[in-house]
Amino acid sequence: MSTVATNQQTGFVGKASNYLDERTSISGAVKEFGRKIFPDHWSFLLGEVALYSFVIILLSGSFLTFFFQASMSPVEYAGSYVPLKGVEMSAAMSSTLDISFDLRGGLLMRQIHHWAALLFVAAIGLHMLRVFFTGAFRKPRELNWSIGFVLFVLAMAEGFTGYSLPDDLLSGNGLRIIDGMVNAVPVVGTWITFLLFGGEFPGSDIVGRLYTLHILLLPALVLIFIVLHLMFVIIHKHTQYPGPGKTEGNVVGFPILPVYAAKAGGFFFIVFGIVALMASLVTINPIWAYGPYDPSPVSAGTQPDWYIGFADGALRLIPPHLETVWLGYVWSWNILIPILILVVFLAAAFAYPFIEAWVTGDKREHHLLDRPRNAPTRTAIGAAGVTFYAVLWAAASSDIIATHFKVTMEGVINTLQILLILGPIIAFSVAKRVCLALQKKDRTMALHGFETGRIVRLPGGEYIEVHQQLDVYDRWKLVSFNDNAPLMLRPNPKGKITGGMRMRVRLSRWFFEERIAPVTPTEHALELESSHH
Amino acid sequence: MAKNESGPADIVPASGHESSSAIVLGTAVVSPDAYTDPGLPPHRLRVVDTDPKAAKKAERVVYALFYISIIGSVFAVFAYMFFSLDSNDLNSVRLNNLYIGLGITLSLMAIGIAAVHWGKAVMADKEGVDERHPTRGTEETRARALEIFKEADAESGFSRRSLIRNGLIASLIAFPLPAIALFRGLAPMDVDPNNELKHTMWEKGLRLTRDPSGLPIKASDLTIGSAFQVIPEGLIDLPEHEKLDAKAKAAVILVRMNPDDLNWSSAERESWSYQGIVAYSKICTHVGCPVALYEQQTHHLLCPCHQSQFDIENECKVIFGPAARPLPQLPITVDSEGYLVAASGFNEPIGPSFWERLN
Repeated sequence: MSTVATNQQTGFVGKASNYLDERTSISGAVKEFGRKIFPDHWSFLLGEVALYSFVIILLSGSFLTFFFQASMSPVEYAGSYVPLKGVEMSAAMSSTLDISFDLRGGLLMRQIHHWAALLFVAAIGLHMLRVFFTGAFRKPRELNWSIGFVLFVLAMAEGFTGYSLPDDLLSGNGLRIIDGMVNAVPVVGTWITFLLFGGEFPGSDIVGRLYTLHILLLPALVLIFIVLHLMFVIIHKHTQYPGPGKTEGNVVGFPILPVYAAKAGGFFFIVFGIVALMASLVTINPIWAYGPYDPSPVSAGTQPDWYIGFADGALRLIPPHLETVWLGYVWSWNILIPILILVVFLAAAFAYPFIEAWVTGDKREHHLLDRPRNAPTRTAIGAAGVTFYAVLWAAASSDIIATHFKVTMEGVINTLQILLILGPIIAFSVAKRVCLALQKKDRTMALHGFETGRIVRLPGGEYIEVHQQLDVYDRWKLVSFNDNAPLMLRPNPKGKITGGMRMRVRLSRWFFEERIAPVTPTEHALELESSHH
Repeated sequence: MAKNESGPADIVPASGHESSSAIVLGTAVVSPDAYTDPGLPPHRLRVVDTDPKAAKKAERVVYALFYISIIGSVFAVFAYMFFSLDSNDLNSVRLNNLYIGLGITLSLMAIGIAAVHWGKAVMADKEGVDERHPTRGTEETRARALEIFKEADAESGFSRRSLIRNGLIASLIAFPLPAIALFRGLAPMDVDPNNELKHTMWEKGLRLTRDPSGLPIKASDLTIGSAFQVIPEGLIDLPEHEKLDAKAKAAVILVRMNPDDLNWSSAERESWSYQGIVAYSKICTHVGCPVALYEQQTHHLLCPCHQSQFDIENECKVIFGPAARPLPQLPITVDSEGYLVAASGFNEPIGPSFWERLN
């Protein structure tokens, strides 16, 4: 079919887009998405940082695969790093040293890869916290929270498999710990480690196997889940912070073309630039200082990469002697309990959106975010979770804390053990009090306006400070929030009260009993009237 | 004020944009007496919108940054060429890393900042508003989707022909089984891990040798308070990966103490030592890190990974940290030439616990 050239189809751009459209029907996508609106807020960049770190990891990682040898076959190191010359090590370690010392820019690429990996997990974590504390996980985004959670776990798995590849002393000890942990799993543990390591630890297979996971299977999964995650962002459209003119029925912001493309595209280069800067200036994972893996030596102050810290910390905090023999088999509670704690913690994070949805019974779509203070119990739960994680994480550095601050190792561990239980409780109540206090402050502000600092003497001699009422836009920010009241226990239509209903009422009371309702216009009018008398 | 919500009674008539479905508020309170949204605040102009000089400057900054980026890229290429790696000079690695890295940083950051500045200061500051639509499809679409499933079910007989359906489900459950079986090949077929985990190289008469030299040790080599890292005789002659596998189980720490400081639970246990010299497995009973730190003053062995502490004075019992069991002791004695040898292998499996450890 011949096309009549319109005005738009002359010139190179016109012709090229016509050529493409007639073969791909891409004009539809441009029409649909080209001017799609995205809201603006710094906290929305955290997810972008995660995405961009992943791109950086793919780019730098691809480069590294051209030089890295994922083999544990023994070689005698013959590269430039003199202290290790002639030392027997695996090809994996030797090729990693070659990348670092005998390939121009190789060390830079290794460091970019490692820094970007650390940033990747960190950005995912912060992004999750943003989503949690603003309630962005509420309907219709519960499933996208689950997808994001899977990405978080995949990112940690990517990190750990990558960390283990160079076959240096630290990574070998990391694998040894995994071996010891899996061995503790009842019934199948011994066999799983046996299959994983291709025989006894360390064997000569594990690096090759982790490599396949690290560069093929896990990245493919991460990619698939990122695509799903972003697909849902498009389907749901982005959430926005509450404010004047922003409703559950609209998105206020800037269009993809051109402003968002420029800002988000530019931001990719900024993130990449910062990672490159860190890689040029700050050493990361200097495997040459650790040497090749050997099961006997280990240096003091060993640390895993930061995101494994919470798991390592859990292993450290368990009290001694927790092992029982039952039915002739060994139950290693000293490992099973930490594993269980981690699994329950992660499962709770995974399930939270569904639990909150059940408690509130709210079936509306939520596209306006909550300010954290306006959901005091949720914020408090988040604070408790963060504290729990932080204590486990600190525990992974218990020895460093002890040597650095010149306190006893036992003291640090015992303190952290207590903090692991008390910390979240304290964090919960402090965060909740702070939220309620901030809500009260908002109420006062909405009712009375702000203090002007202007002191006026009245004819009767009385001094008053003049308050200035907020303008409509500022007041709207303080009075327009999602308000919940606790549920009352009433029998269902069949006249029954089920256990589930009791549970739900109890949780609902825990969530919403302490409640600061938003200021209403009537209340405000009354307040104004009374202050004028 | 508790909210009275009991099942279907709280279905509130629809309002707003979710017109197609009834809204269930749950515990949410929607007050009829609430403020109304004042709408978007008036647009505020940027400096670049009112001041042509500022606009011109912003434009200059953006293109200048793009050209600066090119300088960064070229610099990085030159750095690659001129800061070569000299195998006799470690500093050359540092300089190579630093200058290529800084060039790339400049090239990337300049593009990034230019693009963002372009978006914020030069491009039109036109805020837009998109309407949202409910995530669920329209009633019509949903009805049609349901209808399609019903039609497909009727045409295939998926529900009606239960024998076919159940056959399909059963075969889908069975077909991955061969794949699971195939993965048995990840580890050698004729080896039982339990057996492997319970045996180390140590056996009666095998000399204790120093790690890594492999030189045998005389009792007189050890002064009181000194500690040696020990491997069994012959370990260093094993092929490389067998060597690591064997060492991961056989590594031993040898300490000489004043015999009076050692407390023993039985005379037999005491006989496992030789004149105050004791040998313990170096593999932590927690998760298997080497218990590499020996505190000479307190006679404690400390695992640097998770800080388990073992007391040499008391048969290496756990005195702190997550480990559950004492370090296994290697019975030692001396041979006719005065060298330290194992009196037997370990009397229990070394290292971390595993399910079948006691079977």
